[in-house]
Amino acid sequence: MLADFNFRIIFEYLPLFLEGLRSTFFISIVSIFLALITGIIACACRISPFKLLKYPAIAYIEIIRSTPLLVQIYFLYFGLPTLGVRVPEIQTGIIALMLNSGAYIAEIIRAGITSVDDGQIEAGVSSGLNYLQRMRFIILPQAIGATVPPLLGQSIVLVKDSALLSLISVMELTRVGQTMTSERFMPAEAFFTVAFFYMCIYFCLKALADWSQKKLIFREAY
Amino acid sequence: MMAFYFSRLVEIFPFFLKGLWMTSQIAFISLATCTVLGFVLGILRSGKNKLIRWIIGVYVSFVRGTPFVVQVFIVFFILPEWGIQLKAFQAALLAMAIMGSAFICEIVAGGINAIPKGQWEAGTASGLSLVQQLRLVIVPQAMKVILPPLVGQYVLLIKDTSVVSVIGVMELTRVGWVTVVRIPEGLMVFSLVGILYFVISYPLILLSNYLERRMAV
Repeated sequence: MLADFNFRIIFEYLPLFLEGLRSTFFISIVSIFLALITGIIACACRISPFKLLKYPAIAYIEIIRSTPLLVQIYFLYFGLPTLGVRVPEIQTGIIALMLNSGAYIAEIIRAGITSVDDGQIEAGVSSGLNYLQRMRFIILPQAIGATVPPLLGQSIVLVKDSALLSLISVMELTRVGQTMTSERFMPAEAFFTVAFFYMCIYFCLKALADWSQKKLIFREAY
Repeated sequence: MMAFYFSRLVEIFPFFLKGLWMTSQIAFISLATCTVLGFVLGILRSGKNKLIRWIIGVYVSFVRGTPFVVQVFIVFFILPEWGIQLKAFQAALLAMAIMGSAFICEIVAGGINAIPKGQWEAGTASGLSLVQQLRLVIVPQAMKVILPPLVGQYVLLIKDTSVVSVIGVMELTRVGWVTVVRIPEGLMVFSLVGILYFVISYPLILLSNYLERRMAV
């Protein structure tokens, strides 16, 4: 089984794997940053009292959440060219990840804001703070703390989701595994190495998420 | 041109329904297996045996730490090397079972661990065996914590079935992928695919929202 695991071939392909890892990092960081912006805007629209902002935001969030990411990627990949928009695959992929995670992040932030106790807001009102001041001094400082662990969780999901970009031939980590499989037909070496690199990223982000969770509990107790 | 392609799409719509049927089959079978396996693993994980807990922990970390598409490739490409021949459909079900049961295991273990220790002690004091304690005392209470995320996980699992299209299982996403080669209207084809997924997963999302609200009280 694992007795004939060929480490030499892994070393031979190591530069390519590192290149793929770098690409996965790049895609993930750019996408999570853009998704955060999308999510904040979508959440602001979602909780706003204006129907013209609220309903499109609801539609966006629900559509994204009830269709698979792969379908969304293909939708953009095969759909954008028919609209006359020609962008490289990697940009299509980043847009797809941004739109997908943006919807989840909007819900995470909304949950954070609604988790702030009503009494806090009432206290703000009776202290004579206006809406913006209440947001600035009371709601957001508490909400942001509560959203950090789930946001880190979402970034773990996003890193794993970026593997799907290999299916539209973006040269990232999983694609390197596919390339190696088709060139040498050594799927075990290829995909276990790919899995190993993803696990490294996962454990780093997981440690960060657990740490932030602990910090949060401590702060609440304090 | 759009109208022409639209009429072609209407013509081959039965093909999409076939894909939807395949997706529902994969989803249904894997939800059932994942639930059973997930509950067994989850109960073992919340148990006292340290070795079993550790083994399940490693398994769960592996599944949670790697993308599902990589797991599908591992099952589909590597098992044949080890002498286990699987058809694409079987490989898809196996990969879904491996992935889903790990996530459900965590949900179940979380729910059981949320039950205060006194409940176990009360069970022991009433002379219930371990299985009876679980069946009559612990699990019914834990269901309150387990149910909302479990239904949420079901939605994720249904959506993840789209990934098994990469090994050639003719389910909904694969049908879209095959169609778009002949009918080059990506927006139209994948909107249709998206709508069909929406039809199966949105009711479950609503159910999950409802359960979350109900169980929170």
